Amino acid sequence: MGPQHPSTHGVLRMILELDGETVVKASCDIGYLHTGIEKEFEQKNWQQAVTLTDRIDYLCPLTNNLCYALAVEKLLGLEIPPAAQWMRVLLNELTRINSHLVWLGTHSLDLGAMSVFLYCFREREDILRIFEMFSGQRMMTSYFRIGGLALEPPRGWQAPVAKFVAGFPSRVDEYEDLLTKNPVWVRRTKGVGYAPLKDLLDQGVTGPMIRAAGLPWDIRKSEPYSSYEKFDFEVPTRTESDVYARYQVRVEEMRQSARIVKQALEGMPAGAWKADAPHVVLPDREKMKTQMEALIYHFKIVTEGFRVPVGEVYQVVESPRGEMGYYVVSDGTSKPYRVFIHGPSFGNLQGLPEMVEGRLVSDAIAALGSTDFVLGDVDR
Amino acid sequence: MLADELRAWDASAVLSSSAGWGELDLEIAAEKIAAVCRRLKEEHRFARLSAVTAVDRYPQEPRFEIVYLLHSIERNERVRLKCRPSGEAPEIDSVCGVWRAANWYEREVFDLFGVRFRNHPDLRRILMPEDWSGHPLRKDYPATAAKYNYSDETQ
Repeated sequence: MGPQHPSTHGVLRMILELDGETVVKASCDIGYLHTGIEKEFEQKNWQQAVTLTDRIDYLCPLTNNLCYALAVEKLLGLEIPPAAQWMRVLLNELTRINSHLVWLGTHSLDLGAMSVFLYCFREREDILRIFEMFSGQRMMTSYFRIGGLALEPPRGWQAPVAKFVAGFPSRVDEYEDLLTKNPVWVRRTKGVGYAPLKDLLDQGVTGPMIRAAGLPWDIRKSEPYSSYEKFDFEVPTRTESDVYARYQVRVEEMRQSARIVKQALEGMPAGAWKADAPHVVLPDREKMKTQMEALIYHFKIVTEGFRVPVGEVYQVVESPRGEMGYYVVSDGTSKPYRVFIHGPSFGNLQGLPEMVEGRLVSDAIAALGSTDFVLGDVDR
Repeated sequence: MLADELRAWDASAVLSSSAGWGELDLEIAAEKIAAVCRRLKEEHRFARLSAVTAVDRYPQEPRFEIVYLLHSIERNERVRLKCRPSGEAPEIDSVCGVWRAANWYEREVFDLFGVRFRNHPDLRRILMPEDWSGHPLRKDYPATAAKYNYSDETQ
């Protein structure tokens, strides 16, 4: 099944041994999207490498940017000003909503609910326009850089974000009206793709699948980063650990993310959007044009790149799919020595064969969708 | 302290420990890795293996540093284990018997670095095609393919 198949959400190849319609054995064959990103990291300098991070988990590019930037900022010992941190949280949560909308749209499309797909993408358009307003890019924003944000937040950014946040909860109600009590949806998802919590944890699964199995583990709460501890939100859980439970968890997460965006919007602190670190962060262009030291710093940063002290960190964030981690190793030069990306989907896919074996092929499609993997962070 | 508890259990297993940037980093003797992992899982409740990966420290010898990223949700702690298996064709015990999550991660290290994992249930390439030769993430493996010389074009 695959790699070219509309329901494999990317180029996943599943090898299914069938007995009629029942899957006897399943295994995943990955690597079709492997582009050697980890090797590429070693060729670029630290700030250039941010553009590589967007493309790893391409449905939540800002989350990747955030994880990498936090890891390198830890090594550098940079203090990120509150305004930048809150903006990071705001955009990161919009990214989470964005990713869950794509998941909901494609997952329901696989199971036959085609209109949900169009409604989800209608909301997604609003979010992509907001991203374009901030960074000039709809998807591969690279908006979070080492030291803060890439550009100053645009004038008037509050209006479209406020409009989105005001209207979004009623949209989620619309999706729920279409699916949650829909007999066809319930029949196709309840009891399907079950796996016990212990097995999921043992196989390296993370994220909403763990929360749908009963464990309220969310890295934003347990290992908070970028001021998440200042926000008030809940971590939804269910206990049934089937496709329907995962659907409920993710829909509730969308609502909670909208709640966080609202808090970030209303409480956004004023102040600098880049760290005060002239040897790392580019100076303002006006300063660069008039002050000698600023010009020299600009020249050195752009031509040589800044150096990061020797050391290594493993920074984790809660991506829409689970634990996203960047293990960054520095040898003191201006290029990363090694960057290992712990993509949540790599672990999540390991848990898939057990969910699928012994069930029908169409249940396999439902289980696949509920895993919400993105081949970008499986294969890199 | 976790490092002290491990040393009390087996002094020769832990070669060194450090804790920069709030992260505990233990260097473990390569032959003892499976035992240490089992101990950490069973006694110290590190129920999760986040990942197994490697760093190529070429031209240092031993060149490969195998890195194990462990996580305990109960203790809300993470620990990083490192091993340096020696030799021309380094081998190390698989920890698939401790956490099933190790399966694909060890295959990835084998595929991209060439380190073999003893007793792995299914050690074969995972990202590169099956018939690929070479291990791309090694430092002596080129980062770009053969250069194309435009003057070779005939117009």
